[in-house]
Amino acid sequence: MASKTATVAELVPAPAAIVNGRSCGFGGISPQTSALDWLREQGLTGAKEGCAEGECGACSVLVARPAGDHDEAGSQWTAINACLIPAASLDGQEVVTAEGLGTASQMHPVQYEMAMRGGSQCGYCTPGFVCSMAAEYYRPGRCGADTPVGDYVPGSSATLPVEGESAAADLDPNAPQHDSLDHDHGANGFDLHALSGNLCRCTGYRPIRDAAYALGIPSDDDAFADRRHRPAPDAVPTRLKAATGTYARAADLSDVFTLRSEHPEATLVAGSTDWGVEVNIRGVRAPFVIGIDRVPELRTFEIGDSSIELGAALTLSELESRLDGRIPLLAEVFPQFASRLIRNGATIGGNLGTGSPIGDTPPALLALEAVVVLASPAGDREVPLADYFTGYRATVKAADEIIRAVRVPLPLSTVTGFHKIAKRRFDDISSVAVGFALTIDDGVVTKARIGLGGVAATPIRARETEAALEGQPFTREVARTAAAIMRREGTPMDDHRASAAYRSTMLGTALLKLHAQHGHNTTTEEASA
Amino acid sequence: MSHLSERPANPVVGQEIPHESAALHVTGAALYTDDLVMRTRDVLHAHPVQVPHAHARVTALRTQPALAVPGVVRVLTAADVPGVNDAGVKHDEPLFPSEVMYFGHSVAWVLGETLEAARLGAAAVEVDVEPLPAIIDVKDAIAAESFQGAQPRVERGDIEAAFDAAAHVFSGEFEFAGQEHFYLETHCALALVDENGQVFVQSSTQHPSETQEIVAHVLGLASHEVTVQCLRMGGGFGGKEMQPHGLAAIAAIGSRLTGRPVRLRLSRTQDMTMTGKRHGFHSQWRVAFDADGRLQALDATLTADGGWSLDLSEPVLARALCHIDNAYWIPNARVNGRIARTNKTSQTAFRGFGGPQGMLVIEDILGRCAPLLGLDPASLRRRNFYGPGQTTPYGQPVRHSERLAAAWDAVTRTGDLDRRRAEIEAFNAEHPDTKRAIAITPVKFGISFNLTAFNQAGALVHVYKDGSVLINHGGTEMGQGLHTKMLQVAATSLGVPLSRVRLAPTRTDKVPNTSATAASSGADLNGGAVKNACEQITDRLRNVAAGRLGVHPSDVRFGADRGGIISAIGGTGELIPWDELVHQAYFQRVQLWAAGFYRTEGLHWDSATMHGSPFKYFAYGVAATEVEVDGFTGANRTRRVDIVHDVGDSLSPLIDIGQIEGGFVQGAGWLTLEDLRWDNSDSPTRGRLATQAASTYKLPSFSEMPEEFNVTLLEQAHEDGAVYGGKAVGEPPLMLAFSVREALRQAAAAFGPQGTSIDLASPATPEAVFWAVEEARAAASGQPDDGHVTASSNGDHGVVPVQPHGPARHPESERVVGRQAVEPAGVRP
Ligand SMILES: Cc1cc2nc3c(=O)[nH]c(=O)nc-3n(C[C@H](O)[C@H](O)[C@H](O)COP(=O)(O)OP(=O)(O)OC[C@H]3O[C@@H](n4cnc5c(N)ncnc54)[C@H](O)[C@@H]3O)c2cc1C
Ligand code: FES
Ligand code: FES
Repeated sequence: MASKTATVAELVPAPAAIVNGRSCGFGGISPQTSALDWLREQGLTGAKEGCAEGECGACSVLVARPAGDHDEAGSQWTAINACLIPAASLDGQEVVTAEGLGTASQMHPVQYEMAMRGGSQCGYCTPGFVCSMAAEYYRPGRCGADTPVGDYVPGSSATLPVEGESAAADLDPNAPQHDSLDHDHGANGFDLHALSGNLCRCTGYRPIRDAAYALGIPSDDDAFADRRHRPAPDAVPTRLKAATGTYARAADLSDVFTLRSEHPEATLVAGSTDWGVEVNIRGVRAPFVIGIDRVPELRTFEIGDSSIELGAALTLSELESRLDGRIPLLAEVFPQFASRLIRNGATIGGNLGTGSPIGDTPPALLALEAVVVLASPAGDREVPLADYFTGYRATVKAADEIIRAVRVPLPLSTVTGFHKIAKRRFDDISSVAVGFALTIDDGVVTKARIGLGGVAATPIRARETEAALEGQPFTREVARTAAAIMRREGTPMDDHRASAAYRSTMLGTALLKLHAQHGHNTTTEEASA
Repeated sequence: MSHLSERPANPVVGQEIPHESAALHVTGAALYTDDLVMRTRDVLHAHPVQVPHAHARVTALRTQPALAVPGVVRVLTAADVPGVNDAGVKHDEPLFPSEVMYFGHSVAWVLGETLEAARLGAAAVEVDVEPLPAIIDVKDAIAAESFQGAQPRVERGDIEAAFDAAAHVFSGEFEFAGQEHFYLETHCALALVDENGQVFVQSSTQHPSETQEIVAHVLGLASHEVTVQCLRMGGGFGGKEMQPHGLAAIAAIGSRLTGRPVRLRLSRTQDMTMTGKRHGFHSQWRVAFDADGRLQALDATLTADGGWSLDLSEPVLARALCHIDNAYWIPNARVNGRIARTNKTSQTAFRGFGGPQGMLVIEDILGRCAPLLGLDPASLRRRNFYGPGQTTPYGQPVRHSERLAAAWDAVTRTGDLDRRRAEIEAFNAEHPDTKRAIAITPVKFGISFNLTAFNQAGALVHVYKDGSVLINHGGTEMGQGLHTKMLQVAATSLGVPLSRVRLAPTRTDKVPNTSATAASSGADLNGGAVKNACEQITDRLRNVAAGRLGVHPSDVRFGADRGGIISAIGGTGELIPWDELVHQAYFQRVQLWAAGFYRTEGLHWDSATMHGSPFKYFAYGVAATEVEVDGFTGANRTRRVDIVHDVGDSLSPLIDIGQIEGGFVQGAGWLTLEDLRWDNSDSPTRGRLATQAASTYKLPSFSEMPEEFNVTLLEQAHEDGAVYGGKAVGEPPLMLAFSVREALRQAAAAFGPQGTSIDLASPATPEAVFWAVEEARAAASGQPDDGHVTASSNGDHGVVPVQPHGPARHPESERVVGRQAVEPAGVRP
């Protein structure tokens, strides 16, 4: 107990995190010191640096995060890229690394399966895989290992059809099955997407998949499983000052505004999946960083009658589980957005915060006619996303404003689709992304909203294509005509991801593909053909 | 069965055991070079000063501003080199260059108290340069005749007569990309100097002896003053065969000058922009077939894109020339090779070492020509296999060529190819926008270093008084499981359980003058040496046991009863526990340790005439891959892969299967995904690698793993010429991935009329596959590729693709041209 003469320092515990059950302080770090470098300096060298930009997962560690929006929901072991987040953001949090999960003489079940099945060759990627795999092993709701093969319907909730949309079984067999979930799930409920942010150069992945699919359910005396029943650590209003700068975690929205007015040069950081790359790869440094990812006002989630509000600081993983398929277009985006590791950090506000022309949510949100809620000390204002972007990485957001939420108006269109063109199916940046939301009544397109990414300096709406579709029956002919128009939308460029010609062509084929998938459900022409 | 290959009773080799470090890997306890930094005091960090020009003369280098940066301790320049300013073995790789030879070439290194200080210091160094013209593209190098090193030729038969007599002649050109190693652990060295001036470098190196030699010559020291240790590597794949040396030397110079440990670890982008990769190649070829589609002659010129210095380009090229035949009998051949000098990183060894490039050329030829010959590609490949008694174009008999057919037939059977091909035909007929295909391709890969002298190895085996065993050998562990196999070899040879044997990390002061752990030869060479050392010990122990058991020494048997027991044929029937015998031997003053040595017998190679038998044996394999291509985007997935591969009698089946699968996926990455894009424009960033990070250079991830992946080891595959009958497995499986590329070609072709020959870029990225699909569709509509292709007449075709202004296809390959009238598509000659 603190005596009357206790200093503030004694009352407020020095910043520290619990790592593998032990308290570790943050001596000597700067606001840009990554969690990875800090952990390694503690002697915990299990987590490795393979890329320092969130791509390889060699740095993956577990943190205890809230499993829902209330304490009773308990906590969830969440795997994140330690290379991207500031170490200081872990103040007050619980971290587990591969070393903490088990030892060579007492391996964790995940470690045991990986070791025995040849899941490691050079072993450099392995501690990261182990952490990502452990997170999925402990995922609440993952089916037990005793579930017989075939009983488990992967992703069933996320693929529930909305009204007017066909059930998955009715999908056109012509549609390529790239997004089929069968090969991405084990009979034990293991979702392979959990490992989509981990790269292995040695094994070819098969033994790692086998290890994942062989996992059973945690035993009764498993301390990590038990830990899930208690609430996650609260966010701490950290103020960590170093010679090179300060990391401050905002307690609430007004704290953000106060900190910002005192430090106009401050950088807001949410999931740090963009910011971490700036720091590590481009050498950007900030004298003052404000952590906003746990600000309550930015974490709203409300399904209303006329709209759904998504708090800006909700991560894509949180949105995925809370929406649970409620917005089918976004449900298509989530698994194609980066990797699970990144989605566990990346926020929807951060995706709009950079104003990047190749973000994946803007094309979908444009199609959904989403509205951005901007907050400032003066209050909230709403801006349609279509008016939000003003130029390359430029937006209407004023210097003192923060994205508080994104609102998706209801009702939703009946035919939606998200087409991402990239080299790799898991975890790649789009060369082109297209979000479709069509309302089709009696076979006629009554409303068409199409968002495009990667074909201009900002995400844009394909307005000429929309016009060409509206009022027309959704026939192959109409789709073809509109596709020819769509191909000319935007001004794509050549780069290392794709040629301009390919990008343009992909715009057109996206619409044709959408038609191939949905056309026969909305018109009767094929039925008689 | 030879003495070398024969297995005793109860061998530990052949047992399916996990990697010896698996438990350390999975718990994060396994240490890599950079993990030692956190366990070492007062370490300085090194950061390069990279110059952003593809080619330029350095006119001034001002280091003073860097020293003003807080935490910067020293800047290393050419003036600090006490010995020879060269990082290679060809004397063409200045460690601190006065001429920048590629974009990102580093001209100086900054040492700082922290990496951040060193980074800021490097940014403060001022470098003035005078830009010089740069050659980036291999075709530009060919035009400018910018070549380096030898220009070898493999030749056999009367090539012109064969072309004159042939029924079909085709010619073409094919340029294909290289590959970044992307070992998950980037290059790293940690150098210290001890109280006696001995330099100790911990290095992530596949070739500790050469790292030692180069550190010594850069420092002006003798080899015995430098020790190099490699604990393990987080992947090597050939990328750490030559490239670690200069980096280790920088760290060593820094440590000598400051008296402090120096850590040099490259960031991913530094690693990608500064170190060598797999060579991209250009090839120009002419090929002749008889009326039955049998290869008659091949006339080809291969140009390896060597980058700025010679490095290992000459042996890589030699291996490419020696593998252009792959599994096929080519009676008349003339294959010329040359190495382009371009302003890029110095391309180097990469799993397969030129073999994949040579083989890709012939597989591409067969894939393109099959439809023009009216043959199914599988049938074209199969009918050209080597037969008994035939020799390679460089004169080596192809021993065990019947294993090709055995593996092929096994894959055909276990992969159920006939049924699945029929299913695919039906599927494709019903799906205008999605096509599937199965391709089956063979691999024949020669094992041994082409240069005979490298085929030697050493080992050190200690048996302690308590019977425990410690082994050390010259090979390095990079994930390939070499140490696991060596433990198995030692346990087998000594007849003790695996648990009695431990292995100490690779160090140049334990085993000297070692060869690189490369050319897949690690287990053959070091296994031979370990076995030799163990046998010296058992031969001595044999005498001790013979006396006690009352038998002749040749009747003593080691390894009875699951190991650790010595018995005899005849005699008293007494059994001696290993520990007891060792103890007894010690008191009889018997030497309980031995240095082993091995040299591969029966190799000969004349590099001037490119003739001889450079390989101890060939490794064989066959793969069948089924892919599905989305006609809307070119995106594709690998539905199923069936592999039968020849690893001899496997020394360690779990390890070997891991090598096969991993090699296959890595090969598929090279051929379908991994995209090295060098800026060939005239902008200020000319020569820059545009895909220089994990975010832009995409490796295969889980999504590229075959959905069904069946790997079987070829049965009855004993190899007489290698330790315990096993075969090398590191490199050959990479080339099984040709089946992926050929399946993509066939699936793309399926969008066109039967008999469509498809040019496919390499890597066959989704975009490249899409353009191949468009090419097939253009053939379907009978229209040349004039930029607008209409839908086929059946009305089923859901796509009206437009290909506006000829997309940038790389490589641009010439269409295969038939000199004589070719049979109509689909008709077999
Ligand atoms: C490996 C990898 C893969 C990726 N893949 C994808 C992908 O497939 N698709 C895709 O779209 N993106 C991808 N990204 C980019 C990134 O993950 C997303 O943009 C993500 O949504 C950013 O969110 P964040 O919370 O991490 O942002 P942060 O990095 O925390 O912040 C990004 C920027 O937004 C600002 N910002 C954050 N929140 C707010 C707010 N509430 N109000 C105002 N400004 C704010 C910050 O100041 C900062 O400038 C990838 C990134 C990585 C590292
Ligand atoms: S180091 Fe590669 S994801 Fe963090
Ligand atoms: S085991 Fe080497 S990278 Fe995965």
